[in-house]
Amino acid sequence: MNTRLAPTLCGLAAAGLLSAGQAVADDPVELTMYYPIAVGGALTDVIDGLVADFQADHPDISVNAIYAGNYDDTRVRAMSAIEAGDAPQLSVLFSIDLFDLIEQDAIVAFDDLLETDEEREWLDSFYPGLMENGQLDGQTYGIPFQRSTIVLYWNKEAFEAAGLDPETPPETWEEMAEMAAAVREASGGDQWGVMVPSTGYPYWMFQAFAFQNGHRLMSEDGTEVFFDDPASIEALEYWVSLTQEHEAMPDGTIEWGTLRQSFIEQATAMMWHTTGNLTAVRNEASFDFGVAMLPMNTQRGSPTGGGNFYIFNDTTEDEQRAAMTFIRWMTDPERAAAWSIETGYMGVSPAAYETEVLRDYVETFPPAAVARDQLEHGTAELSTYQGGRVRRALDNAIQAALTGQMSPEEALNQAQAEAEAALRRYARSR
Amino acid sequence: MLIHNADRRMQIYGALLLLPAAVLLGTFAYLPTVSTLVNSLFLPGFRGSPPEFVGLENYALLIEDRTFWRVARNNLIYALGTIPTSIALALGMALFVNARLPGRGFVRMAYFTPTILPMIAAANIWMFFYAPQIGLFNKILGALGLSGVNWLGDPSVALGSVIVMTIWKEAGFFMIFYLAALQSIPPELKEASDLEGTDRWSFFWRVTFPLLMPTTLFVLINALINAVRVVDHLFILTKGGPNNATNLLLYYVYENAFSFFDRTYAATITVVILLVLAVVATVKFTILDRRTHYQ
Amino acid sequence: MRQSSLTSSARRRFALRLPSLETTAAWLLALIWIFPLLYAFWAAFHPAAYMVRFDLFAPVTLENFANAWAQAPFARYYLNTFLLVTGVVMAQFVVCTLAGFAFARFPIPGKDILFMLVLIQLFVFPEVLIVENYRIASSLGLVDTITGIGLPYVASAFGIFLLRQTFKTIPRELEDAARIEGCGWMAILLKVYVPLAKPTYLAYGLVSISHHWNNFLWPLVVTNSVESRPLTVGLGIFSAPETGVNWATVSAATLLSVAPLLVAFLLFQRQFVQSFLRAGIR
Repeated sequence: MNTRLAPTLCGLAAAGLLSAGQAVADDPVELTMYYPIAVGGALTDVIDGLVADFQADHPDISVNAIYAGNYDDTRVRAMSAIEAGDAPQLSVLFSIDLFDLIEQDAIVAFDDLLETDEEREWLDSFYPGLMENGQLDGQTYGIPFQRSTIVLYWNKEAFEAAGLDPETPPETWEEMAEMAAAVREASGGDQWGVMVPSTGYPYWMFQAFAFQNGHRLMSEDGTEVFFDDPASIEALEYWVSLTQEHEAMPDGTIEWGTLRQSFIEQATAMMWHTTGNLTAVRNEASFDFGVAMLPMNTQRGSPTGGGNFYIFNDTTEDEQRAAMTFIRWMTDPERAAAWSIETGYMGVSPAAYETEVLRDYVETFPPAAVARDQLEHGTAELSTYQGGRVRRALDNAIQAALTGQMSPEEALNQAQAEAEAALRRYARSR
Repeated sequence: MLIHNADRRMQIYGALLLLPAAVLLGTFAYLPTVSTLVNSLFLPGFRGSPPEFVGLENYALLIEDRTFWRVARNNLIYALGTIPTSIALALGMALFVNARLPGRGFVRMAYFTPTILPMIAAANIWMFFYAPQIGLFNKILGALGLSGVNWLGDPSVALGSVIVMTIWKEAGFFMIFYLAALQSIPPELKEASDLEGTDRWSFFWRVTFPLLMPTTLFVLINALINAVRVVDHLFILTKGGPNNATNLLLYYVYENAFSFFDRTYAATITVVILLVLAVVATVKFTILDRRTHYQ
Repeated sequence: MRQSSLTSSARRRFALRLPSLETTAAWLLALIWIFPLLYAFWAAFHPAAYMVRFDLFAPVTLENFANAWAQAPFARYYLNTFLLVTGVVMAQFVVCTLAGFAFARFPIPGKDILFMLVLIQLFVFPEVLIVENYRIASSLGLVDTITGIGLPYVASAFGIFLLRQTFKTIPRELEDAARIEGCGWMAILLKVYVPLAKPTYLAYGLVSISHHWNNFLWPLVVTNSVESRPLTVGLGIFSAPETGVNWATVSAATLLSVAPLLVAFLLFQRQFVQSFLRAGIR
């Protein structure tokens, strides 16, 4: 039976190979790039389209873009390729992978690659808030690409049905809890008030709560964390209270991946999610919805998030130049604008928002500018050495508190201890 | 002398026949086993620095690692949750299918089909059942006027959900061994007991079940191995969460090695898995193989 | 006496005709067991809106399959899996035949201990040793190659064991006859042993095909790119929940990945079950 399938399969594969091998110029520089996707929509298509356009513009460079799963998977794939001596020349990886990548001695600083004033200008053209996660000791290692902040999506029809003003999103923690509880009550228990995802990237959501409470969770040099601070505990208590006290959010953890679907199916009136989901929500929602900055306690705030471009160590100068060309092309204001419209991710530079397409888009669809406006209240995403383990410690604490296994204080104390142990082990073995 | 020579040649020839297998087994089974043991005695080197020998420090860390104990306990619960139930179901299925039953072919096919699916595909399908709010199970509960359960997000339920899916996947596989064993039971036994007027229940417990004992042991060993070996579904369903409620040993190894870049700690956990497997192997080779005569 | 036996047989016949409790239970269980697969079919062939809404008149569509096919390089994944499975099974046949033959017929010193060592691999399989096997594959330059996925499985203790058992049951007289005709060891192996072990090869082959078609963890670890990813890994990456891919599309992709094996199974049910059985009893 397998032999009978064989000819068909080979035919299909041959077709695939042919289409992949179109851009053969005379000996182009070949670049391999891994990239992740963490939001809805057929983004692999968008990336493939961009790459094809780039190759048409630059026939001397051929880019092999490999989709490798979510951010964690992609880091694992890129690192394992490096270890196997088959390093990619560049990749889009989590902006917060910076320390891990440096720990593994895997990446080069862009400052070392700059040659012209034009290139130096380009490096300064991005929003400073998006550069934070990509810089260490005054050097820039990551160029912003698919960058986001967390925004609040709200269902205007659900608000109206609950007797709330459909045009007014909550401004403060208190308001959000009240409004959420109001929706829950008005729907007779059919609809939840608010959902904040607690799988996938729980630490990221928590960082928003903590920052809104005036607290940063880590030191700038990535060697210390402050999970057990009273302000941090208070932030987690608020998150937990949405379920336990206000009964406006379901019990247990909330899936990052299915949350968008839940919002679209109107299972919840509000959700916190990455702005990278904006276009997918816009395309799929059958109701009127709005997007707002996250509510505040002592201050507004959201961590930035998403992926940066990195260039790897183990590459020739030609390849590094070609990678630079590609990254510059991809982050060009026109492209950044188009990418933002396709996805909801931020236009990474002020110039992107000044392009005609994005200006027009923002005018007809104001939610597209919320993430940008929120950037002035932004903070760097949680990033430390031993990042995987440190984040996991915090993720577990958050999940333990949300599922009622531990009090927020206990949970965060434990996370602090675990994170410190991981950082100590790292310091030991350096 | 001539005979001795021929013997010698046979030995060399035989050794040559074994060589490819020996090289491959050496490279991908024995060598990695030994290097796992060795690496568990080192710290991982970061930033290109060489790994440092630390003796049993990783093991000390393991003993203090609450997550490890949590994961080990999960794995035990997972084994206890999946194995007896799937074996009992497998036996029941085999009895059903072995009896005269309308549509027997379909029923047997239905039982066995999950075995053919990859774990990843099975997990994808079950994901739709388990999803909160919009998943099928909660829609059904909702239609019955019950409030939904957060199947994979509630730590007190999540491991159970994973277990249920695993049972679904495995029972049909074990069924076929029981079926074969049932078919090899001489029909005279049944006829004799019918003549004596033994009811079916006591026939099962007095005759069938004891005769199936070797099969049960065989299935048990397989189930034990699978409880350690197969963690594919976690990649889709829970990633070991929430708060490690569904994390299993091998998945924890994967996380440490490939997400946290801590290969030597991963090696330390692997040693624990190897110890568990050594126990299972000993049980198999000493108890099970003494009972079954297949040489 | 005669009277009572009559009534009892009549009773039995009657009981057979009514769907007994057992029949009902057996069918109920069967329906529960097949349901997830049927559900996947439902989800894959209907628009996403009907995922959790059952409606007999829901429009049937192939769009989900088209989406899945367009969103991930499934053609390439199929090819990779196909190459992987064929390669592994072929190599296993060769290596395990030689080793099984040696264990069955050759006087090798310390044979029992060697055989025991081989059997240990039944417990220490490549998945458990992912960390070290990854390093080894990496130092051999096998990462991100189809060979790298398959090679650790080639010397299968299970295959060696099965073939040794089979070869042992083949009467020596046949071998002697072949030798009189002037056959050397290789010729004897190929002309006498291998043909007579055909059912074992079939059984082992089918089990091995299913195993490698479905294998996930090691291929996930050792592959990086589309060029080597098998179907399971492609599917796993494609449908990881945090990417929020549309469910109907995921269902379609899932069915795409299992279809060949599933169809083969439905067509050759008996052979599959027999093979699993033969290969399992050891």
